[in-house]
Amino acid sequence: MPSLVSHPDEVKVLSRRFGMGATDIDKYVELDGYKAVQKAIAEGPEWIINTMKASGMRGRGGAGFPTGMKWSFVPKQSDKPKYVLVNGDESEPGTCKDHVIFLHDPHAVIEGTMIAGLAIGAKLGFIYLRGEYRYLLKIMEKAVADAYAKGYLGKNIFGTGVDFDIITQTGAGAYEVGEESALMESLEGKRGVPRIKPPFPAVVGLYGGPTVINNAETIAAVPHILLMGGEAFAKIGSERNGGTRLFGISGHVERPGVYELPMGYSLRKAIYDVAGGIKGGKKLKAVVPGGSSCPVLTADEIDVGLDFDQMGKAGTMLGSGGIVVLDETVSIVEFALRTIAFYQHESCGWCIPCREGTDWIKKTLTRVHAGGGSKKDVDNVQYLAENMMGRTFCPLGDAAAMPTLGFVKKFRKEFEEYIEGKRVGTPLLQIKPVGEVEMAGAH
Amino acid sequence: MSTIANTIFSPELAARFDKLATIYPLRRSALVPMLLYAQDEIGYVSDEAIAEIAERIGIYELDVRNVLSYYSMLRTRPAGKYNVQVCTNISCMLRGGYEILDHCKAKLGIGHKETTEDGLFSLEEVECIGACCWAPAMQINYDFHDDLTPEKVDVLFQMYKDGQGKDVK
Repeated sequence: MPSLVSHPDEVKVLSRRFGMGATDIDKYVELDGYKAVQKAIAEGPEWIINTMKASGMRGRGGAGFPTGMKWSFVPKQSDKPKYVLVNGDESEPGTCKDHVIFLHDPHAVIEGTMIAGLAIGAKLGFIYLRGEYRYLLKIMEKAVADAYAKGYLGKNIFGTGVDFDIITQTGAGAYEVGEESALMESLEGKRGVPRIKPPFPAVVGLYGGPTVINNAETIAAVPHILLMGGEAFAKIGSERNGGTRLFGISGHVERPGVYELPMGYSLRKAIYDVAGGIKGGKKLKAVVPGGSSCPVLTADEIDVGLDFDQMGKAGTMLGSGGIVVLDETVSIVEFALRTIAFYQHESCGWCIPCREGTDWIKKTLTRVHAGGGSKKDVDNVQYLAENMMGRTFCPLGDAAAMPTLGFVKKFRKEFEEYIEGKRVGTPLLQIKPVGEVEMAGAH
Repeated sequence: MSTIANTIFSPELAARFDKLATIYPLRRSALVPMLLYAQDEIGYVSDEAIAEIAERIGIYELDVRNVLSYYSMLRTRPAGKYNVQVCTNISCMLRGGYEILDHCKAKLGIGHKETTEDGLFSLEEVECIGACCWAPAMQINYDFHDDLTPEKVDVLFQMYKDGQGKDVK
């Protein structure tokens, strides 16, 4: 069972009910649960959307798109039914925040889904969890059943004449499905390959109807925002980045865990104060700041605020909030190889630049890693990654190219020294002859 | 038209499938859950399961296979009773994921996607399972085990051998 962590710098909004038994519906109600949705029914869609706009909430899946604006794009009139789709496919390496939300506060996800539905005029919401999260799906299923039993879901909820239904859905193992259009394909019982955009899901989404797709963390924040007020939530964060977010700090830190910090909080403090510094008193080498697809930051680039804009200015991304910390013993060559091996495994093969690019980068880095590389290989890796950028239907191609470019640009010297035979750190990957590297990709 | 006369599944699962086929705006949405739940019961997605699910959904078997081959958790051959899935992705790798994988290989005497002779355990190296802050981590079937050490793995394997492991379904 994932252990809960705590630090005085945390501002507990989303995590307020963590560890308080809020999976129990009565306990959830006692802790102000299902108040926000009733307020939302009373105040109406425009008020909900305006509150979300005022909150400065930006999508927690990684793209950082303003939630209120996303909801406002859904046409008011539609011939087809509208839907809310909650993305709990959490599979960006380094990310485990939704895991904790489903575990500790499932009703917040349900309530947020209902409110999103009210805002756009949907009567049905889907909560999609990755297949590996079966025990969390059980928790969600029970929470949904309890909400039906209380009359909070179904026909005439809270006696207001409003109907709303929720279906929980399991995936079956696919990183790609975390992309919103692939998620819809998966929910429609197909291979999780992305759709071309436009049309955007807000216009043509699930089953062809207008659909709002939000990350589970975004949705879980909604009831809190409605209760505390949009402005109050916005004030916690930094400029144009409202509120708090759940940061999962993992890797070489003393106290890894999921911490709720205000947007804009210092990355340095997050690593050294909140997570207790580098494990075993070692030196920091690098940080992958928002899940594995974000370009790496070197040890002297961590004086930056954790929000979408500041991270963008620093040449990386806030992404999913999964901060992966690397100490001085890590070989960037190994780390880059392990990262691309993941994307190669997960590329759905739909777009050639991604399918071929991830495969050739993996092959080239495998050769470098095995000791057979040349300096030209580093150029080739960079060339391949640059030519993947922006040339695929969905962001998986970019997600593979961006970290690769970060590694070869910022640690080029280490790649070249590795090729010359100078090795850094403790080998973590199993070294196999070229062509026989056995990683998860081998199937 | 979703109820099947001679189902290959248990009465409970068949009833669950009957219901699943009715709850979505389009029946096909039940496909991925059905495949996974069928695998949970049979141990893998058999030809018979594919045929029945195709009939339940009202699509060709080929369409079912097309979807089945996309998802990494779905398999068409049996695995061990307890499928050990060790994460070696970045956060786990940094905290000893490969050491855990090597230990599992040595302890069970099998490699990636192999099964022990007694059919009790199978082993898989898997990508990120969403337990990064509690790394290194693995799943045995659906049950998560985190903050692993080789010693802890030994204890877990013994528990499962003794029939005391959790079997979340």
